Amino acid sequence: MIAASLPNQRPSDARLLVIDAKGQMKHLARLNFPDLLRAGDVVIANDAATIPASLFGTHCRTGAPIEARLAARESLHADANTCFSAVIFGSGDYHIRTEYRPSPPELRSGDTLRFGSLHATVVRLLDHPRLVLLRFEGSSERIWQGLARHGRPIQYAHVPTPLAIWDTWTPIAGPLAAFEPPSASFIVNWSFLNAINRRGVHFGTLTHAAGISSTGDPELDARLPFDEPYRIPESTVRAIQDAGARGGRVIAIGTTVVRALEDAASIGDGLRPGEGLARLKIGPGTRLHIVDAIVSGTHEHGSSHYELLRAFVDDGTLERMDRELGQERYRAHEFGDSVFVEKLKIQAIKEKAGEQDIRPR
Amino acid sequence: MKKEGRTQAVNNSDLEVAGIWTDRRVAITGGTSGLGQALVTALIARGARVAFVARNRERVESVVRDVSQAHGVVGDVSSKTEIYPIAIQLLGALGGVDVLINNASSLGPVPLVPLADTNCEDLELALQTNLLGPFRLTKALLGSLGASARERRCPVVLNISSDAAIKAYPNWGAYSASKAALHHLSRIWGQELSSQGIRVLSLDPGDMDTPLHALAVPDADRSGLKSPETAAQEMITAVERVLLAGSANDKDERQEVI
Repeated sequence: MIAASLPNQRPSDARLLVIDAKGQMKHLARLNFPDLLRAGDVVIANDAATIPASLFGTHCRTGAPIEARLAARESLHADANTCFSAVIFGSGDYHIRTEYRPSPPELRSGDTLRFGSLHATVVRLLDHPRLVLLRFEGSSERIWQGLARHGRPIQYAHVPTPLAIWDTWTPIAGPLAAFEPPSASFIVNWSFLNAINRRGVHFGTLTHAAGISSTGDPELDARLPFDEPYRIPESTVRAIQDAGARGGRVIAIGTTVVRALEDAASIGDGLRPGEGLARLKIGPGTRLHIVDAIVSGTHEHGSSHYELLRAFVDDGTLERMDRELGQERYRAHEFGDSVFVEKLKIQAIKEKAGEQDIRPR
Repeated sequence: MKKEGRTQAVNNSDLEVAGIWTDRRVAITGGTSGLGQALVTALIARGARVAFVARNRERVESVVRDVSQAHGVVGDVSSKTEIYPIAIQLLGALGGVDVLINNASSLGPVPLVPLADTNCEDLELALQTNLLGPFRLTKALLGSLGASARERRCPVVLNISSDAAIKAYPNWGAYSASKAALHHLSRIWGQELSSQGIRVLSLDPGDMDTPLHALAVPDADRSGLKSPETAAQEMITAVERVLLAGSANDKDERQEVI
């Protein structure tokens, strides 16, 4: 695969590698994604707007330049913006690959950090020298103002030009919730919504606080994704139930949608609307209760996104997918090409039979 | 005559729409003078959650002092780079948006001059404020409005228009052209978004006794002008009609009144 280096959400030549329920593969122009959908299906996307979560400033005790990348908060409520967990970097910016970024000065509880008009205190370290709980000073309104004026989108070295906030907001971006764009939703523009509507395909959203995808530190990366809050509206639960009643499929746009829906369904008796905290790490041992297919970016072997795909198909199929993506030079990362992966029939049958472990032999 | 009309509207409002604004999330641009300020005050009084935008920090703070429940955002909708910071602050204050009122307006050159004497930059400013600003802000908030529709909160975009959008008044060229474009944009957007449950209105509040009117027509007889409070009530009544109509598919209720 090659890195997608232009911040174009919907390049006209974007491609989609399709793996159907029988494990068969084909290549499609991504524009033709609606052709894969059938009347009765429901498409669920993450409507989180992306907070400009990269803050450049100063570590006051030492005067050292730092960058804080906000990574999580406990609730999606708009006024719950005082405390964030954050990954701290030393000098430099996104032009340097995260793994080569200089370390920040030693961080201690009580340290104060300044980012433009925003002032924050390190409440405590979160079991890692660069992962901290930050508390911002001031009212909720002042904190949003500071983030809006001083924050920049979190960015990585594969895109060389600075991202604008509008590069990171999907066409359906609503609640301020994500720290990096839920980029699978870049395909969900208003023409797409009209196209699927004409096909009798329903559409729903949920809001999931998509977190950061890479910290440059293997130990921290292994902890990703962090626990992430989500909210599922009643209308979405209804749309999923209707699809089930009609024999339609639930198609998740992005890994965050799978995480939120499956987390919600794993608690109590069935999917309910409301807020939750996605703790579930989805992988080869996970039984999928709700989602039948996923549209996702192309991800590297070993990443949490890749692990999630192992809940849909066996490793042999994923290896074939990797080969195809490599040979056909698919573009990786958030502005890259996509895959559509439908849960293998054999796995669906096993799940119905009540098997917990759907790993292939 | 005008007073009767106003009384009628208030009575209807009281009878039919008690509580309809409660907790409704409303974003208003140009909220520190004229119609915008009157809308902020009137909607807060009806129980709406209101956040407004204006350029001048002192005036924003002054309105928030007067109407303490309102959230003030300092920003310039005519600037491309300000739109997302404005949208973030509106969403941070309200959590989402059910009603967006694009009210901020620029006259273009002041005093008004014929098109032949209008600087390109003045025309550009009128287009930036009256056309591109509402387009960009609506686009930035469209995801929130769509979410509002899916949650059956009946979202509405109200673009404040003018009879100058339809009639050709000499010396009003920059303003008129921008408002004509905004009106047509509203009509097309209204058609495109109705299937998604988002209503778009373009309404002419009439000649009002506002700072903008005073700039345009300094020697006007103010006694013949509508008060911004009356115009605000009329705008609110028009939005209420849409909210009451409820169903996103009821095309007859879509209003594009000039």
